[in-house]
Amino acid sequence: MCLAIPGKIVEISSENCDSAVVEVIGVRRRIDLGLLQDDKPTPGDWVLVHVGFAMSKISEQDATDQMNTLRMLGEIDGAMQEVRGYGLDEVN
Amino acid sequence: MRFVDEFRQPELISKTAEEIRRLAGTKRHYRMMEVCGGHTHAIYRFGLKDILPENIELIHGPGCPVCVLPMGRIDDGLAIAQEPNVIFAAFGDMMRVPGTRGSPLEHKARGMDVRIVYSPSDALKLARLNPGKHVMFFAIGFETTAPSTALTMMRARAEGIRNFSVFCNHVTIIPAIRAILDSPDMRLDAFIGPGHVSTVIGCRPYEWVARNERKPIVVSGFEPLDMLQSIVMLLRQLQAGEAKVENQYKRVVPWEGNRAALQAMAEVFQLRPYFEWRGLGFISQSALRINDKYSEFDAEQRFEVPGIRVTDPKAAQCGEVLKGVLKPHQCKLFGRECTPEHPIGALMVSTEGSCAAYHSYEHRKAAMVSLSSIA
Repeated sequence: MCLAIPGKIVEISSENCDSAVVEVIGVRRRIDLGLLQDDKPTPGDWVLVHVGFAMSKISEQDATDQMNTLRMLGEIDGAMQEVRGYGLDEVN
Repeated sequence: MRFVDEFRQPELISKTAEEIRRLAGTKRHYRMMEVCGGHTHAIYRFGLKDILPENIELIHGPGCPVCVLPMGRIDDGLAIAQEPNVIFAAFGDMMRVPGTRGSPLEHKARGMDVRIVYSPSDALKLARLNPGKHVMFFAIGFETTAPSTALTMMRARAEGIRNFSVFCNHVTIIPAIRAILDSPDMRLDAFIGPGHVSTVIGCRPYEWVARNERKPIVVSGFEPLDMLQSIVMLLRQLQAGEAKVENQYKRVVPWEGNRAALQAMAEVFQLRPYFEWRGLGFISQSALRINDKYSEFDAEQRFEVPGIRVTDPKAAQCGEVLKGVLKPHQCKLFGRECTPEHPIGALMVSTEGSCAAYHSYEHRKAAMVSLSSIA
């Protein structure tokens, strides 16, 4: 729950501009952009995702560093399980 | 220093560690509290204690939301889920946390409909997928997760969803810091401020710590270099006799925080007059409840809540460990009655709790020593 997972915005829904698909090391999931009203990301941008909501825009370098930190913390498996939404929200 | 080579920018880390040793000298003892459980976990995992000089002591703070949640709240949430047709949805971190009659996972084994969700929006999705059932989301977390719960409830209200509610256990970090500083046996020199909570609340709310309590505070990132740099910044302030708020984690944390997230919280929540924290007791205005506008989504209003209170065993010294008066292993129960497999006290419950982090670190260290003796 407390993990900040970096994801790359690959698609923003045409019907709902608060709904986007991010990719995290090859896995895609839908996230909510509603908490980034002041600084809306666009496809190609990187964001830090907490519990399915983008909380801040970050640089690609910061995204790579954050992934490395998760790896060193031994949290990658947990993070990927979370991204997959425990089977509920994987975008195919 | 055995881990340094694995880190990014190892030369910079060595240089920063040298700078810390130079600044810390040998004459004075420094006690710094890292508030956030994520930092605690990282400190042990990265072996930062092995890099730091002995006169810098890191005290592990109250910032693990799973750890500070009183057992009675878990019992209350599980009692609601005993009602017919209720689905109990919670983050994975909650699943093994013991209530009086077992954890949510153990209740699931006994037939309760318990679902792990990654996001409050996944819990709302469960409600959409199960119109004949009621989904109760067991919400926990500091300001990092509270805005997401708030926005999910705003979305539920806008959609007119009727079979969804939130059992709210969100807490706020500033009153916990205040409670620790108010404690008479507290002796701290400075704070390493939480990173991700601060992306929401920004740095301004910490200014009273610096101004009124004369304690430096540096908001820090989670990489080894981040934390070492934060310690350098704290040492420089302490030696100059300064006490101010600084932001080491500028690449993620804006000074003013996240306005949209703060607005979502203000829309849905109001402060509770007081709330109980495991290990710290009752702290005034330290938690959030759902306001009247959203009462139809408030599980505490929709259901009968027993209001169970469970006191921790007297022998558990969680409060003293939280305030840094005792080290985890100095508690009478540590590693004996209280282990990560059978947690008795709050801080052994989650991997981000200081006792659980210390326990697994000491075990790893012991394993390494025995391996090296074989080699």
